[in-house]
Amino acid sequence: MTKLDESRPEPPEAPPTPTAEARLGMREEIGQILRGNVRQYGMILALVLIALLFQTLTYQYNGGILTPINITNMILQNSYILVLAIGMMLVIINGHIDLSVGSVCALIGAIAGVMIVHWGLPWPVAVVAALLVGAAIGAWQGFWIAYMRIPAFIVTLAGMLLFRGLAQRVLDGETISGFPDGFRQIAAGYLPGAGDGVHVLTLVLGLAASAVVVWLQLRGRRMRASYGLRLGSRPLFWLKVVGLIAVINAFSVTLAVHKGIPIVGLVVIALVLLYSIVMQKSVIGRQTYAVGGNEKAALLSGVKTKKNTLVVFINMGVLAALAGVIFAARLTSATPKAGVNFELDAIAAAFVGGASASGGIGTVVGAIVGALVMGVMNMGMSILGLSPDWQQAIKGLVLLLAVAFDVYNKRKARS
Amino acid sequence: MTDHILQMRSITKDFPGVRALTDVNLAVERGRIHALVGENGAGKSTLMKVLSGVYPHGDYGGEILLDGAEVRFRGIRDSEAAGVVIIHQELALVPQLSIAENLFLGNERHRGGLIDWRTTNTRAVELMHRVGLDADPQALVSGIGVGKQQLVEIAKALAKDVRLLILDEPTAALNETDSDNLLNLLKDLRKQGITCILISHKIDEVLRVADTITILRDGEVVETADVAIDDVDEDRIIKGMVGRDMKHRFPPRDPDIGEVFFEINDWNVFHPEVADRQLVRDASLNVRRGEVVGLAGLMGAGRTELAMSVFGRSYGSHISGTARKDGKPVRLSTVPEAIANGIAYVTEDRKQYGLLLEEDIRRNMMLAGLRKVARGFFISAHAELVESERLRQRLGVKASSVLQKAGQLSGGNQQKVVLAKSVFATPDLLILDEPTRGIDVGAKYEIYTIIQELAAEGKGVLVISSELPELLGLCDRIYAMSAGRITGELSRREATQEEVMRLMTRTMPTAVTP
Repeated sequence: MTKLDESRPEPPEAPPTPTAEARLGMREEIGQILRGNVRQYGMILALVLIALLFQTLTYQYNGGILTPINITNMILQNSYILVLAIGMMLVIINGHIDLSVGSVCALIGAIAGVMIVHWGLPWPVAVVAALLVGAAIGAWQGFWIAYMRIPAFIVTLAGMLLFRGLAQRVLDGETISGFPDGFRQIAAGYLPGAGDGVHVLTLVLGLAASAVVVWLQLRGRRMRASYGLRLGSRPLFWLKVVGLIAVINAFSVTLAVHKGIPIVGLVVIALVLLYSIVMQKSVIGRQTYAVGGNEKAALLSGVKTKKNTLVVFINMGVLAALAGVIFAARLTSATPKAGVNFELDAIAAAFVGGASASGGIGTVVGAIVGALVMGVMNMGMSILGLSPDWQQAIKGLVLLLAVAFDVYNKRKARS
Repeated sequence: MTDHILQMRSITKDFPGVRALTDVNLAVERGRIHALVGENGAGKSTLMKVLSGVYPHGDYGGEILLDGAEVRFRGIRDSEAAGVVIIHQELALVPQLSIAENLFLGNERHRGGLIDWRTTNTRAVELMHRVGLDADPQALVSGIGVGKQQLVEIAKALAKDVRLLILDEPTAALNETDSDNLLNLLKDLRKQGITCILISHKIDEVLRVADTITILRDGEVVETADVAIDDVDEDRIIKGMVGRDMKHRFPPRDPDIGEVFFEINDWNVFHPEVADRQLVRDASLNVRRGEVVGLAGLMGAGRTELAMSVFGRSYGSHISGTARKDGKPVRLSTVPEAIANGIAYVTEDRKQYGLLLEEDIRRNMMLAGLRKVARGFFISAHAELVESERLRQRLGVKASSVLQKAGQLSGGNQQKVVLAKSVFATPDLLILDEPTRGIDVGAKYEIYTIIQELAAEGKGVLVISSELPELLGLCDRIYAMSAGRITGELSRREATQEEVMRLMTRTMPTAVTP
C-alpha cells in the first residue's frame, strides 16, 4: 500500500504527452477564456476600451491622452495611488480595509519635511526613517485589528483622524517646502540619458522585459504539459505572447520618445513584480489569501492568522509611507492637507481591479489595472474639461458598475 | 378513493448539462407523513424547490396539483400563500430578534403599520404551545439551543397557516433528545391534520414516523412504499437509495493494534466567554497505534470542545491537564505546535472551519503542509500539483482536476478534501469530528475505508460521531462522554447501542477512569 503521508514530491511517472484531444480547439478555447476568466481579462479589456474611448474623445486636443507626454504624466500623477493600491489590495485580500492611508501619507510627508528641511538630515536617511515610521504605524493598527479583534474599519477610521491630527501637529499647521533636488527626483526624475532624442536605455529595458516574458510563457506551457494538464492551442498561445511583447514595447517606445521611463515608474514596476511573486508563489502570500478566504479554516490548518494580518498591515504602513514620500517629493512640499481621499482612490482601485469585498480574492496586477482605469478617466475627463464635480460622480458610478459586473458574473458562474 | 393533497406529475427539471429530475411522480395523501429519501444529489431538494416555487412555473416540465387543482407558483410567496411551507436545513431565523418577532417575520401582526405587540406575543405563546416549545416569547433566538430554534421554525410555519409542511433534514443538527421531540411533534401535527413531507438521511427516523416513503435515485423515483402495507425495512430502503446491496455498510475490520502512544490526563476546559462554565471535566483517554477509537456523546457533552482544546487550544479557556505522546509530555498550546507534534483535527463543519470554498482543491489540500511543498520562501508549483493529485487519487476525490474549486464539490468530496488536508500534514493521531455528517451512504463507505487504511498505517484515529451505528461499526474501542466527563469505555466486543447510550446519558459526578 502506498503511504498516504509520503511527503517527498516524486517526479510524475512518464509525463503524459498532450494528445490531440488534450488540446482545445481554438474557437472553443476563446469561448472558454471569455466565460471562465471574465474576472482576469474583463478589467484589462475594460481598461483598453476606456483608454481608446478617451483617446477618441480627446484626440482633437494635442493628440489625446495616449501621447508620450500624457502617458508619462499619467504615471507621475498616479504613482502614489498605484503604490497605495498594491498595499490596499493585500489588506482587502486579507479580509480587511484601511481608511487611514491618506492621513498616513500626510503624516509621513510632514515627518520627512521636518527631518530634511528643519533638521538637515540627508534625504536618503530621512526616507528610510520615514518608511520605518510607516512600519510602526502599520504595526500599531495591525495590533488592534489582529490581536484585539477590533474591526479594521473602526481601527483605521480612528487612524485616519489620529494621523491627520498628528500631521497637523508636526507641521504646526504650516507647509514645509525647500526639499533638496535629490529628494524631488524620486517623483520627478528620469533614468540617466534623458534629454533630446529617443531614450535608448528605456528601449533596452523594454526588449529585456520582452525576452523575460517569452521565457516565462514558454516555461509555463512546458510545465503544464509535464503535469498532463490541458494545453491551449498553439496559435492562440503565440498570439498571446506576441500581444504581450507588442504591449511592452509600445509602452517602452512611447516613454522613450519623451524622456524615458520615470524613476517612479520603475519603482512601481518593481513593486508590482515583487508583490505578484510574493502573493502567487510564497508561503506567506498563500496564507494571506487563506486568512481572507476563511480565517477559521486557516487557523485550524496551522496558519498563524494573527501574525499574518499584522504583517499585512505593517506592509500597508510601509507602502503608505512610500506613497507619502513620493507625494511630498512631487509636491516639493509637505502640507497637512496632503493625501486627502487617497484611501478612497486606493480602495476603489482595488475593487475595480477585481478584489472581493469578503476577502480571499484579488491580484496585485488587478489593483494596478483598477488604478489605471481611474487614472485614465481622471486625465481624459480633465482634458475634456469636465468639471471636478462631474468627474467625481462618474468615477463613483464606474466603481459601482465594475463591482456589480463582477458580482453578476460570479453569480452566473455559480448557477 | 384516496385523498391527495398534493400530486406532482411527470416533473422534469434540467440544469445546463444535467437532467436533475426525470419524469418524477409524487402523490402525497392528506394528513400523512410522507418521507423522501435518497442519496445526496438524488434530486430531493430540487423536487422540493420545484414544489415551493423556488424554481418558478415554466422552469420545469410537468404539473403540480394542490387539492386536485393545478397550481403555478412564481415564487415562495405564492406557495406559502397556498399553505405550502418549506423549512430548510440551514435555519432561516434572525438570531438578534426575539422568538415572537421571528415567528411573524415578514408576516407581522400590525395595526396601521405599527407592530401590535399584544397580538404578536399572545399568538406567539399559542403557537409555541402547539409545538411544545417552553420559552419566553421575548427571548432572543440567539439565546436558545438549536433544538428549540428548530421548533421556532415549525411554529413560524404554523403562523402562516401551513397545510403542507416540508422539512429538509430537520434533525441533522439535533441531538437524540431533541430529535425525538421533533419526531413526536411531527406525529402531533399529523393529528392536527397537517401533512408533512420529511426529507431525511436518517433511515431509522423515517421508519419511525413516516406513513409513506418515496425513494429517489439519480433524479428518478425508485419506488413509493406504504409502511403499513409493504414490508419496508432499512435494508430495502438503503438498497433502493444506492441501487446496490448495502449489507456491508462498513468495510471489514482486521485491526493491528499496537502500544498506547497518545494520552491525555485530567483534561479540563472552560467556556471561552463564560469563565465559570466548565465544558470538560477531568477527562482522560488514550489511543493506541493502529486503533480507531470512538468518542460518543449527546450534543453538548463536550466532545468537540475536548477535541479542539487538545488540538492547539483552538477552543476554550483555562485549559489544564497533561498530554503525552510516546510517554513524553508534549506542549500543544498552539495549532502549529499541535500539527508539529503529529496531531490533526478534521472539523465537523467543513464549510465554516474546513475549506476555502473559493480556492481550488490543490490549494485546500496543501494549506496545512505548505512547508512541505516549499523550498524556502517559495512554493513549488510542481510539487504542489504532484502532491495534491496523489492525494486526490488516493482518497478518491471525484473532480475534473485538482484545479476545481472546493465550493463546487459535493459534500462527500468536500469531506475528502478536508481529510486530505489533514493527512498531508503527516499526523500520527487524527481526530475526526463527525466525519460523515451530511454525506450520502456511498461516500460514507469510502470515508470509512480511508479511516481504516489510516489506522492500518499505524496511525491512531479518534472518531467523534453522533451516529451510534457508525461508532459501533467502525471503532475498536468507544469512550462515552456526558456533561463534560468521560463516563465509560467499551471495547468493540462489549459495545452495544444500548450500553453506549446508557453511558452517554449518565450524569453521575464520578468519572470512570479507564
